[in-house]
Amino acid sequence: MPDARITVPPSVARGKPFEVRIIVRHPMETGYRTDESGKSIPRNVIRTFTCRYNGDVVFSARMSSGIAANPYLRFFVTAKDSGQLAFEWVDDNGVRGSDSAAVTVV
Amino acid sequence: MRVVQVVAISIAAIAIGAVFGAALASAQERALPLPALRSGITFAGSDVRAMQADDASNPGFLWVESGEKLWNAPAGTAGKSCASCHGDARSSMRGVAARHPRFDATAGTVQDLEARIGDCRVRRQQAAPLARESEELLSLTAYVALQSRGLPVEVTIDGSARAAFERGRAFYEARHGQMNIACAQCHEQNWGKRLLSETMSQGHGNAFPAYRLEWQSLGSLQRRLRACLFGIRAEMPPPGAPELTDLELYLAWRAQGLPLEAPGVRR
Repeated sequence: MPDARITVPPSVARGKPFEVRIIVRHPMETGYRTDESGKSIPRNVIRTFTCRYNGDVVFSARMSSGIAANPYLRFFVTAKDSGQLAFEWVDDNGVRGSDSAAVTVV
Repeated sequence: MRVVQVVAISIAAIAIGAVFGAALASAQERALPLPALRSGITFAGSDVRAMQADDASNPGFLWVESGEKLWNAPAGTAGKSCASCHGDARSSMRGVAARHPRFDATAGTVQDLEARIGDCRVRRQQAAPLARESEELLSLTAYVALQSRGLPVEVTIDGSARAAFERGRAFYEARHGQMNIACAQCHEQNWGKRLLSETMSQGHGNAFPAYRLEWQSLGSLQRRLRACLFGIRAEMPPPGAPELTDLELYLAWRAQGLPLEAPGVRR
């Protein structure tokens, strides 16, 4: 199962903001639900989400149980050079997810 | 002489009966006239419509992506992947979802797309069957269904599929559950009107498997039908039950001409 679906333009202009979109596959279990036997389902949501561009943090988010499953994030980044957008996230269970996308500056 | 005439007349009557029977719900006849057909997406809010319209924001594509991987991954003792026989899904699976549910001669029953994929997996790949609503089956179904996106729903209801179609129609028109409501009462006679905060749709399945915001997941048409039955406090046939497949066939006939939207987004 892929962890995320990332959308970046095929090429971007130097110094001009471009749109980054990502859907992270995650159940974002709120902790308020119960299973069929009435037992509480422990909370498991993504706590931190970070996007780095060539090592520098360009976007980060702190999430909680108010965010729906499979969170969709959209933000803008400006690039001076071609490089790699690296996404990383950590949930309540300490499970780390990551994905990346190449950015070509023209 | 007289006996012969009577026999001849009854044969003629049977022949006419057969012709009329076949014409009762031929491909040309429709429950809703074609210009009045409205996909469920037209009843949705602008946010849901926007989410479905853009593949980059449609969460259903998470399943499509896994489906593509599964399509190319060998499974079972036969060591074959879907692609080993069917090649590139983009051409070989084009139009397949639009023709389902359909009668399968080998299985001897009408199968929906999920059943057809599951059958192929067991019979050809000799792999363990996939459970209904499992991530794997949903992913494969979404990937196969995507290849028919934009094509009109076009199912066969004659011949061997006839009996299933009639059962589906009877189910659709019969009252069910503690609320004693038939599918047709909402989706045929009162679509477009409000039911609390919801606008009642025409009840088409052309966007399924669809990402339903209420589910926070992709789900099959059968899951949606079960949810509807739950809503009217009726008994829910188990996933994969023939009653649900029959109903799916009737719904597909009812929706014929509507373009497929899978993977759709619904509230």
